[in-house]
Amino acid sequence: MATNSVPRVRVPAQAKAGEVIEIKTLISHEMESGQRKDAAGKIIPRQIINKFIAAFNGKTVFEAEWAPSISANPYQSFFYKAKESGEFKFTWKDDNGSDYTASAKLTVG
Amino acid sequence: MASAGRSHSRRDMLLFSSAAGLALVLAPQMALADTKAVEDEIKKLYGDKKMESGKIKIDVPQIAENGLVVPITVEVESPMTDADFVKAVHVFADGNPQPGVVSYRFSADCGKANASTRMRLAQTQNIVCIAEMSNGTLYSAKAEVKVTIGGCGG
Repeated sequence: MATNSVPRVRVPAQAKAGEVIEIKTLISHEMESGQRKDAAGKIIPRQIINKFIAAFNGKTVFEAEWAPSISANPYQSFFYKAKESGEFKFTWKDDNGSDYTASAKLTVG
Repeated sequence: MASAGRSHSRRDMLLFSSAAGLALVLAPQMALADTKAVEDEIKKLYGDKKMESGKIKIDVPQIAENGLVVPITVEVESPMTDADFVKAVHVFADGNPQPGVVSYRFSADCGKANASTRMRLAQTQNIVCIAEMSNGTLYSAKAEVKVTIGGCGG
């Protein structure tokens, strides 16, 4: 289940210093809630992405802790105030211990 | 003949999978969270601390046709400076099997305390948001979403 989680992020390539930019992220994942039953009546065990972390130049700027109520293929957007050029690193943490990552460069000028 | 045989077996497969799908929809008789469960969760985080009203804007559809994917945007009014910013926002749903939906941790670097995601809602219910400011002040807000088709078990 959800072995091929593919993250997609949308970050503006350029921003002016002081500009507040929107960052949009999406990752493919079933977000198995642990509430569903299979055809045989057995509960399908929970397996979700429980945390999303966004860091810029190594400093965490935003985090989201997701519960099973978050929809499949979870979407997350947030804002960031551009100060200097650098790189975003995004990490999604799966219940099974896997990390999925993506990165994006931002040029401020 | 061969092609008729193939389409037959495909039909069987479709029948089988739709029956399985139906079973998934009908089977779960879940215990749903209620306002008490949400209050308990908030108590776990903040005890009996006083909640102010205002500052939080919850953007959800009034009526969600599909409870599987309900967009939610939460924005909290704040200057978002190092001295005064929104530390955390917790979102709860009082009619889901579990009350928690999402907890956000903001920093002054965010520029504004605004985040959007999509959630599952099992039935018509209230969304409760708690915002924790950097000085410890708490704000709460509530919004109702009417759900036409529940997004639980799906």
